[in-house]
Amino acid sequence: VKVRILYFASFREARGLGEEERRVPDGATVEDLWQALRRELPELARLPGPPPAAVNREYVPHATLLREGDEVAFLPPIAGG
Amino acid sequence: MSLFLTGEPLEVDDLIRKVILPGDGAVAVFIGVVRNENGGRAVSEILYEAYGPMAEAEMSKIALALAEEYPETRLAMLHRLGRLSVGEASVAVVAASPHRAEAFAVCRAAIEAIKKIVPIWKKEFGPDGASWVDPNGETTL
Repeated sequence: VKVRILYFASFREARGLGEEERRVPDGATVEDLWQALRRELPELARLPGPPPAAVNREYVPHATLLREGDEVAFLPPIAGG
Repeated sequence: MSLFLTGEPLEVDDLIRKVILPGDGAVAVFIGVVRNENGGRAVSEILYEAYGPMAEAEMSKIALALAEEYPETRLAMLHRLGRLSVGEASVAVVAASPHRAEAFAVCRAAIEAIKKIVPIWKKEFGPDGASWVDPNGETTL
């Protein structure tokens, strides 16, 4: 399953890019992807807890299954206003 | 840029003109402004970044929910993106209604919802360097 990952703010800086495509195993969830990213980018583990996730621009639970072509983003602490 | 996000300075009068009707007796306006300190850190500029399409979608949802709850009140919201200096407006929320109670209520509810759910981030710049900050004003990853 191929997904597109978007990175914003501090996550973008930690990753060094704004987006990338990536293959995940069939049946992988948002949480599986988060754990994989966290292993690769130890900076992300500095967060107090798992960040909110969005799939196709909607907030979703981490248990959500990933599907082909999904746009996935993990959101660092938001601070609009 | 769009209905809810802009790279340009905010023009509150334009927003008021967009929502006001002859039957309105009240317009409530909230303007968020870049402050010169946060949590004891001196701040000279703030960079605002958004997940644009999702931010727009979430702001649409806020507008729809409040329109349902307060059918006589109209709401405009505009968040600025990019690098802003102290004193510049980062967000404007305008609610127009026949009466002030509803105008205040919608204006307040909208800005609180924006801060809570709309994917926008800010990076503070000051004499001590630059850092992303969380909603409590703490520096964060």
